[in-house]
Amino acid sequence: MTLIVNGETITVPDEVKTVSDLLSHFRLDNKLAIVEVNVRIIQKHEYGITTLANGDRVEIVHFVGGG
Amino acid sequence: MNERYSRQQLFAPIGEAGQKKIREKHVVLIGAGALGTGNAEALVRAGIGKLTIIDRDYVEWSNLQRQQLYSEADAKERLPKAIAAKRRLEQVNSDVQIEAIVGDAGPEELEALVAEQRPHLLIDATDNFDARMVINDVAYKYSIPWIYGACVGSYGLSYAFIPGRTPCLYCLLETVPQGGLTCDTAGIISPTVQMVVSYQTAEALKILVEDREALRGKLVSFDLWTNEYAAIRIDAVKRDNCPTCGHDPSYPFLSYEQQTKTAVLCGRDSVQIRPSARRQYDLNELAALFRRQGLQAEANPYLVSVSIGDKRLVVFGDGRALVHGTKDVQEAKTIYYRYLG
Ligand SMILES: [Zn+2]
Repeated sequence: MTLIVNGETITVPDEVKTVSDLLSHFRLDNKLAIVEVNVRIIQKHEYGITTLANGDRVEIVHFVGGG
Repeated sequence: MNERYSRQQLFAPIGEAGQKKIREKHVVLIGAGALGTGNAEALVRAGIGKLTIIDRDYVEWSNLQRQQLYSEADAKERLPKAIAAKRRLEQVNSDVQIEAIVGDAGPEELEALVAEQRPHLLIDATDNFDARMVINDVAYKYSIPWIYGACVGSYGLSYAFIPGRTPCLYCLLETVPQGGLTCDTAGIISPTVQMVVSYQTAEALKILVEDREALRGKLVSFDLWTNEYAAIRIDAVKRDNCPTCGHDPSYPFLSYEQQTKTAVLCGRDSVQIRPSARRQYDLNELAALFRRQGLQAEANPYLVSVSIGDKRLVVFGDGRALVHGTKDVQEAKTIYYRYLG
């Protein structure tokens, strides 16, 4: 499947079906993140049930503490 | 027209009227590390009226790679960052009133400062979420905008929180990230710092000239090494029952005072200890006392640094201390109470 993640077109493996899978794929699953799919913010409890489709535009911002 | 600000005034969205507004503003900066020094220099050069800088640390050699206000002399002297920053900033622009506070921006201290001085803007340049949750509560309680910024490696992000208009940090995070999750040990390059500083100071200028329409309104993140960029409009995460920005706020992080008595400093192998009551030490006397015990101690007007085996204890005048060489709070407390009672 091809997605546009943070403005870049990328191809993800077939195992990636949901937002949860995508976060795991980027190793962001244990980080605090805000995820938007096609300009809609996905609530954390919806990550596992929100499926992704070819061409979806995904924005991911994860939090860090340093400064 | 004051030559000093001529280029900034030529920038149409600021102009002469905007410059006057900037001049009337008081900004409180929490933290004087990498983001703090960058924000401080930009705002002081821009000609704000007053800058208050709060920082609990002192200058070390490892800071010089990216903390732009500090020099080798500051590191040699172990000058508190707030003091070293003030000295440098007064050379940069003597028009600006600089207030330096050497100490922890805990709930009590920050709320007292904001309640008394009612600044126009708070800028987050801290390195941990405990501090940011306190800033968030104080900002919403007193209805003052605050600008989050953070970075690690080549990655950074920022957001301007505006009470009454945007969700707050608590809405975004739902929980406080635990130390390990955000305690960054991955290093940092200076362009990452400068980029976050740019995002923060751009929004700061818009707020100071009261150009609310120009605010970005999006949570923005970037990676300067992998060349990624993301921006998300986060209005939808605002929660009506949020304890900070909801309809019946309780400001939970202003009453968690006991949690801040000790803190493991991010990526520093250091523990901070605050005594339950404020103390007042004569630092020269304290250094002499350490030396009489056969320890190597050095004092400056703000702190005493003493080597104890492979640990180093740094004591500030008010009794607050940093224990370097350990992440173990109990071990740090043992050292603190053995030497300071
Ligand atoms: Zn909130």
